[in-house]
Amino acid sequence: MLLLGIAMVLGISMGSTDSGIKDVLQNLFLSKTSDSMLYTIIWQIRLPRVLLAALVGAALSLGGLVFQALLRNPLAEPYILGISGGSAIGAIIGILMGFSRFPGVSLLAFTGSIATLLLILGMSSGQTILKKDALLLSGVMVNAFCAAVIMFLVSMTQDSRLHNIIFWLMGDLSMGDMHHAGILAATLLPCFVLVFWLSNPMNLLLMGKEMAQTMGVNIKAVTITLLVATSFMVSATVSYCGLVGFVGLVMPHLLRLVLGPDHRVLVPACVLGGGTYMVFCDLLARVLPKQGEMPAGVITAMIGAPLFIYLLKRSSR
Amino acid sequence: MNTAITAENLSHSFGEDLVLRNVSFSIPKKDFFIIIGPNGSGKTTLMKVMSGILKPKNGQVKILNRPIDQYHRKALARTIAFVPQKAPTDFPFSVAEVVLMGRSPYLGMLGLEEENDLKIAKEAIAFTAMENLAHRKLDQLSGGEQQRTFIARAICQEPDIILLDEPTASLDLAYQAKIMDLMEKLKNEKGITVVMVSHDVNLAAMYADHLLLLHKGQVLCQGLPDEVLTYKTLEAAYGCTLLVDESPLGRSPRVTLVPQKYMNIDRQIE
Repeated sequence: MLLLGIAMVLGISMGSTDSGIKDVLQNLFLSKTSDSMLYTIIWQIRLPRVLLAALVGAALSLGGLVFQALLRNPLAEPYILGISGGSAIGAIIGILMGFSRFPGVSLLAFTGSIATLLLILGMSSGQTILKKDALLLSGVMVNAFCAAVIMFLVSMTQDSRLHNIIFWLMGDLSMGDMHHAGILAATLLPCFVLVFWLSNPMNLLLMGKEMAQTMGVNIKAVTITLLVATSFMVSATVSYCGLVGFVGLVMPHLLRLVLGPDHRVLVPACVLGGGTYMVFCDLLARVLPKQGEMPAGVITAMIGAPLFIYLLKRSSR
Repeated sequence: MNTAITAENLSHSFGEDLVLRNVSFSIPKKDFFIIIGPNGSGKTTLMKVMSGILKPKNGQVKILNRPIDQYHRKALARTIAFVPQKAPTDFPFSVAEVVLMGRSPYLGMLGLEEENDLKIAKEAIAFTAMENLAHRKLDQLSGGEQQRTFIARAICQEPDIILLDEPTASLDLAYQAKIMDLMEKLKNEKGITVVMVSHDVNLAAMYADHLLLLHKGQVLCQGLPDEVLTYKTLEAAYGCTLLVDESPLGRSPRVTLVPQKYMNIDRQIE
């Protein structure tokens, strides 16, 4: 078992974000003729963007992992549950009111995500949170409602901000600079550590609330801490990069398949793996279109949505 | 004082429903104690109150003569282990991983196990004869094997008391005997107090040192099996006609359900 653990850790760090970033950098190096221009491009445009992508991917896939564990539902994910949508409403209101990105918009996004979280839990906990269908259905409805509100807000806007907002909504990483990436890192990293700290209680929670409690887990405290930390992470990413969907579905499932269900391994793996995945998706989004680029959210949804359907089909057997 | 668990005037209600009414009893150390009673008599609620999952509205539970709410979470988990009736198995942990989870009340936040913990887990797996299945995933096991895994996990917790909520429900005959023998061995070899909720009156009669018969949230009767399992008490609790005689194995009462079509014969016997 110990050997297995060591092998896992080795395996993760070899396929990690670090080497992912290195690859990306090397690709950039080879594809363009090296010049002093390149230095600027890499340091002012590419690197912040890659960092941003890695952070967003890490936060979202960790968010998915936490929700899947807490709700004991393999299909849970911030985007599917509508929590991303809720924080997007908050963020749009913030943008329209002309707040700055960091405290203003993020704070409203956080409020939005907590509000949706409470709404979903309230709607589905009447019977039992564990019921897959109830949870997913309420998520779909919350999402539809959020989308309507977002469209309403967007159609009320007439000016030049419109294009920006729509692009941002679809999950756009192009706005980032080093400063943004720094702030995002500062907000997300403590959350990563916190979630990792709680990874063993998460394992125990998977065995059922009763068993977890009689093994000495303070269920209420752990659950609330995790939910709030996750909503915080999600809203932070949403306020910077808009709606990037399904990342929290793809990575946790893939990693669980390879590494098993132990969260003490999965949490760091999700941070690294999610980051890598997002960096790749963003790379595709940049490279695929002949002119300009498309939002990374398009790519993640194109990969994630079919996977979701596959998982739904498999889990309903 | 050699008591493992003392219940003093426990009352509990869900909304308007009184589920437990002034329940008092005490369980000696190293006892095999089985709680029986009809559906909805409050057995599971009582179990949850004893394990500290539920806080009773009134009264208190003492574990090893100390009120349960004076225990720290982890200290309580080192004293009492609980095996629920059904546990989710949809995340594919292996048997060994589940058993090792039983060590977490002894470990720090991350639950990183040491040599000694691995050894204890190994022993628990051996005790429940699960060696061959140790690396199988939980969702590939039969109901009885899953149940044994959860029992091994509870043993790995090294508690003084193990509580089990209907561990034999939905198991076939061979497995019922296996689980009950295992609990008896646990009591005899490790000196653990075993407290169990059971549906099966006959199984309870054969294994229990003491029985508690619960009816509508109240203690109807408690004591030795042949004191509790009488025609009178059982009929009062279950409201159906039963025949009580001695088991062919001797020394324990045997309860036979009397179907409607035998009713007339039954009267003749009386």
